[in-house]
Amino acid sequence: MADASYPEDLLYHPEHDWARIDGEIATLGITWYAQDALGEIVFFDPPEVGTTISKDAPYAEVESVKAVSDVVAPLSGEIVEVNTALSDTPEKVNEDVYGEGWLVKLRLSDPSERDALLSQADYVATLG
Amino acid sequence: MDPVGPPLRTPLFDRHVAAGARVVPFAGWEMPVQYTGVLEEHRTVRTAVGVFDVSHMGEVETTGPGAADFLQRVLSNDVSKMALGGAQYSLLCREDGGVLDDLFTYRLGPERYLTVTNAANHAKDLGWLQQHADGFDCTVTDRAGDFAMLAVQGPLARETVQAMADKPLPGKFTAEPRTIRGHEVLVCGTGYTGEDGVELLIRPEDAVNVWDELMRRGAAPAGLAARDTLRLEVCFHLYGNDLMESRGPIEAGLGWACKEDTGFIGSEAVRATREAGPAEKLVPFVMTAGGLARQGNPVVGGGEVTSGTMGPSLGVGIGMAYVPAERAAPGTPLEIDVRGKQRPAEVHTKPLYTKENA
Repeated sequence: MADASYPEDLLYHPEHDWARIDGEIATLGITWYAQDALGEIVFFDPPEVGTTISKDAPYAEVESVKAVSDVVAPLSGEIVEVNTALSDTPEKVNEDVYGEGWLVKLRLSDPSERDALLSQADYVATLG
Repeated sequence: MDPVGPPLRTPLFDRHVAAGARVVPFAGWEMPVQYTGVLEEHRTVRTAVGVFDVSHMGEVETTGPGAADFLQRVLSNDVSKMALGGAQYSLLCREDGGVLDDLFTYRLGPERYLTVTNAANHAKDLGWLQQHADGFDCTVTDRAGDFAMLAVQGPLARETVQAMADKPLPGKFTAEPRTIRGHEVLVCGTGYTGEDGVELLIRPEDAVNVWDELMRRGAAPAGLAARDTLRLEVCFHLYGNDLMESRGPIEAGLGWACKEDTGFIGSEAVRATREAGPAEKLVPFVMTAGGLARQGNPVVGGGEVTSGTMGPSLGVGIGMAYVPAERAAPGTPLEIDVRGKQRPAEVHTKPLYTKENA
């Protein structure tokens, strides 16, 4: 696993998710902290495309050898794409957590929700 | 039985921290669950050599003219078949056949035996053994504080330890003292990974020196997480998961370790279950359409998963489950309720992993 990193151009949810917002579409994933705490990811169970997810509610599961963890939605909207490559290579979540390890893409139902997310600095501060 | 006071540390605790281990509470101990990562540690043991600190496991020594008769009474296997220097797997059963623990016993002398207990069961086992030793001419002694234990496992394990030892190592399922780096060590040809290897019972004050020399010779530390995936791939039982007081050895597929004619405590119940056939059986399974099952997941139509995770050498979800006996044949399709989602699995032959199917 790479060293800890938290890109400044992303928004963060305190439940250790990141969001990259491009217009009305957001790409979501888990943070370096989350993948490090879980250990090597061996399974990602994505939601189906078309599913509606709600901010602060679990929308998927990631599993390491030892544990299952809910992934919490940082934003609300409709799933428009899931990272199907992770079914064969779930370790991408560890290896490239902000890149190839993305989980889903979302069409935002309430773009103003982004105002409740944390900046990089504020998120890093929550990690203590 | 419950841990009281601060968690215990093995003599190697500082070595684990220095190696970057993630340390977790386990059965009253602070134990390394992983170092570099469970998948890599798992592969290292399958392909080279890994070392597990299993010093949390307990030891009980039984000595005296009546030691063999006593152990024959409490252990499920035929203790009289154990030669000097022999090792034997057995169960400790209640009168009703419920499993109190699963144990390896080593015969160290004509009237001297050492039994290794699971950490979480050690106090319970010791109490049970001492309580049932009345009337036998033997002494049952708690030796848990007298040993550190290292499991050196993998295809290169024997040659790694051999290079440190004064004489050829004992073979599989035997145990003899050897001098390793000047320290007297009980070398046991046993393990819990499906790989060749040895388990070393070492005086606590000598453990760091032996550990350091193993590392210097290229062995890699491996944590309890890899120990669990390794043992599950070869369908070794884990007490507290696959074995429990509420189920017996026949249900668990451990009839081979029970010799009812010896009259051990629980033998009548075990015999009755063996003759009537168990209502449920522990079976290995593989997930056939992705996903991972976990301990406690119900099997649709009856039964439950007792161990489940990813099999790193197999690349699929694997596990063991108790299922109704009529659904225990290899190839039987199962549906497992994984947190509300039904996932297909199939009963597999034992072991799940062999060198040939990797």
